[in-house]
Amino acid sequence: MAPSIAERLIGPRVALDERAGRTFRFGAPGFFLLIARVLILVSLFLPYWHMDLVAPQYPDNLHLTAHINHLSGDVAEIDGLNHYIGMRSLEEAAQFERSYGVYALILLVVMLEFAGWIHSRWAVLLVIPAMLFPAVFLLDLHLWMSHFGTHLDPDAPLSSSIDPFVPPILGTGTVGQFKTVASPGIGLILSAAASVTMLIALFFHRRAYLPLVRAAKG
Amino acid sequence: MTPRKNRLSRMLVPAAAGVALACAGGASAQSMSDVQKAAEARGLTTSDLLAAAKTYTPSGMKDEYLIFSSGGHSGQVFVIGVPSMRLLRTIAVFTPEPWQGWGYGVGNEVLAAGAVNGKQNLWGDTHHPALSETAGDYDGEWLFINDKINARVAVIDLRDFETKQIIKNPLTISDHGGTFVTPDSEYVIEGGQYAVPWGADYAPISEYKEKYRGSVTMWKFDRKKGRIDESKSFAIELPPYWQDLSDAGKLASDGFMFMNSINTEMATGGIEDKKPPFEAGVSKNATDYLHIIDWKKAEKVYQAGKVEKIKGFPVITLATAIEEGLLHLTPEPRSPHGVDVAPKGEFIVVSGKLDPHVTIYSMDKIKKSIAAKKFSGSDDFGVPILDFDSVVEAQVEVGLGPLHTQFGPDGYAYTSLFLDSAVARWTLGGVYGAGTPEPDWTLVHKTPVHYNVGHIGVAEGDTVSPDGKYLVAFNKWSVDRFFQTGPLLPQNFQLLDIAGKGTEMPVIYDMPIGVGEPHYAQIVKADKLKPWAVYPEIGWNPAKQELDPMAPKPKMERVVRSGSQVEVFMTAIRSHFTPEHVTVKQGDRVTWRITNVERAVDATHGFAVPAYNINLSLEPGETATIEFVADTPGTFPFYCSEFCSALHLEMVGYFMVEPAE
Repeated sequence: MAPSIAERLIGPRVALDERAGRTFRFGAPGFFLLIARVLILVSLFLPYWHMDLVAPQYPDNLHLTAHINHLSGDVAEIDGLNHYIGMRSLEEAAQFERSYGVYALILLVVMLEFAGWIHSRWAVLLVIPAMLFPAVFLLDLHLWMSHFGTHLDPDAPLSSSIDPFVPPILGTGTVGQFKTVASPGIGLILSAAASVTMLIALFFHRRAYLPLVRAAKG
Repeated sequence: MTPRKNRLSRMLVPAAAGVALACAGGASAQSMSDVQKAAEARGLTTSDLLAAAKTYTPSGMKDEYLIFSSGGHSGQVFVIGVPSMRLLRTIAVFTPEPWQGWGYGVGNEVLAAGAVNGKQNLWGDTHHPALSETAGDYDGEWLFINDKINARVAVIDLRDFETKQIIKNPLTISDHGGTFVTPDSEYVIEGGQYAVPWGADYAPISEYKEKYRGSVTMWKFDRKKGRIDESKSFAIELPPYWQDLSDAGKLASDGFMFMNSINTEMATGGIEDKKPPFEAGVSKNATDYLHIIDWKKAEKVYQAGKVEKIKGFPVITLATAIEEGLLHLTPEPRSPHGVDVAPKGEFIVVSGKLDPHVTIYSMDKIKKSIAAKKFSGSDDFGVPILDFDSVVEAQVEVGLGPLHTQFGPDGYAYTSLFLDSAVARWTLGGVYGAGTPEPDWTLVHKTPVHYNVGHIGVAEGDTVSPDGKYLVAFNKWSVDRFFQTGPLLPQNFQLLDIAGKGTEMPVIYDMPIGVGEPHYAQIVKADKLKPWAVYPEIGWNPAKQELDPMAPKPKMERVVRSGSQVEVFMTAIRSHFTPEHVTVKQGDRVTWRITNVERAVDATHGFAVPAYNINLSLEPGETATIEFVADTPGTFPFYCSEFCSALHLEMVGYFMVEPAE
């Protein structure tokens, strides 16, 4: 009897006696996905991105830190300076992302949980969103910075003395008298490590289940 | 390393290595020969270079100690770094000071509390600052200072270096024996000076002995509130002897306090009537009286209600003080100035200005003499006089015009010599004797200072644990030390290095003070202070040290009118005020609230209004409220008086007062 669509989706089940003695082969995909989930959950509590603004009158620099759900550091001071060039308040940026980011990540973690149960190629679909998350985060950040840096209030006090700008989201740049130094936070690094772990998990997933899928197809 | 070592070893002034190394940090091309060349060009000696190495403080390096100096008749307090001797700040106290906005919209209520008989007296004569103490050691939290001219005491909060309270003594009109604190700052001591009838009421000077009185006031300090609690304070009536400096006992003498007096003759002057002038009459007797007061006993007497209300203030009368045995006198060399308690509290050092000795009293002997009632008699008022020989431990001849004594950590004591223009180092005996190589109770060395030294300060030198290291001579005259700034010359603070022993205590820096004539100053380890960099929250009221519920907040700026009352809620941030137009009608009563909403360190804004005598200093987070009647019609551009930003000049607004019809 040909497998149903549902059976094809979740892939072949592994009988208990088949598992016996092959703990690593069948345990590895789930184990690495578990590590990835833990890394992502821990990253929720850690900073994702830092920017240091360096200028002579700030001997300790100005700091801006982005977490999944909030900004911290010298936000008020940076906003205060930005008003001279007509940049909108940082709190207005990425409000949607900051409101729903934590839930989105939890959803991704749940998807990874399900991915462990699916032994077909479709598991990849559940893993890819989480795997791409760090890149999406940086891309989103870049888009917001471009938007803010290129949509300056023309009536601002110093609007005529500064051209639209987009500081690099990683590495150094220059805005007015400030040097900007952007670097990934530990949260983003953990999230990226989770992506690598997912890749490893997928490798072991393929090794464990592809032969079973092929065998089932006969 | 080898080439540098060779170069160093060739140097004639190895002591300058510190300077050279400091320079080498900046530019490696510099060498010791450059130091030598620069020194030769300016005629500097090896010891000059050594002094420079000990005091020069490159940009960004912080000082190890802070001097809190009285500002004399500037009515202020100066904060000075040691060893750099850089003036870090003035603190406005009794005198309006525009930079801090003090008296121009900031601190007006504090100043108003210092009114004398309802009349504003907007200058002060600050003499003796006292840092708050815990267990006899500076704790860096509060500073007290007296005003000699009007017998007032001020409380300064060292979180924001701002005066929080001025209190007027209701009993007397001049003070000199203050401020000094008891070992846990339970009380701030204020001893009166020139005797007057209670409350400085009128009485002819022919009734001096009957009507004129001395006093010491024990101001209860409420540390939690950071204010003197007048309702728990009391005073002790004293004979009209012109009590002078005082000091609180500590450790062995805890619970006692000591006061000098200079006019036990009760001279009343009258040079115009061919009577002996005060300067002669007051110095006639060979001895005056050291007052020994058991303040813990006095506190109990006060708490038991054995007081008389004078000018509404509880006073332990002289009769009660004698009866309760809390006041004793003992002879001291005439016209004394300083009375200073040694670190462990067992010795009390008195200097008579006209006697070349310092006289050291023993607390142990004082206590035994009081217990055994070893009196040599009593004074005109019946106060028992302890027998001098029974209470004296030693006398040390130190030089001419000894005034004030401070202590080192190692058994040395230091006394200023006004007439010798010198600072004497001498050895203590008793348990301190082992700390010094010289015999006990001996003059070791005198370092000349320039000139006419008054007080001296040793790092933490009046606490239970002196640090030594530095001594500052607070000289009254500078004569030829600085550029001749016309006939009015600055005072001279001279820094002495006292880290060495024996005869080694050179002057290493001169600092001119051209603002007032300081008297006493205390030197505290800088790391004991925990000042705020900005006010804790936006909308902070420094007068109350709490968040002001009425403070204007960003986006809630507004002008509210009801009849002739106008309330302005304004914020200040780089580089604008919000709102920028405020229009009222002549005669309106204006309540103007303004908050500096900055959080950046040093982002202070001013708020200056012409014609209305207003200038505020608004430090980051600070909110201020000013109230005035808009009595002058016109157009008044108000502006930020602190250069806050590149667009500071543009930080302006218009206050428009429409003329009444």
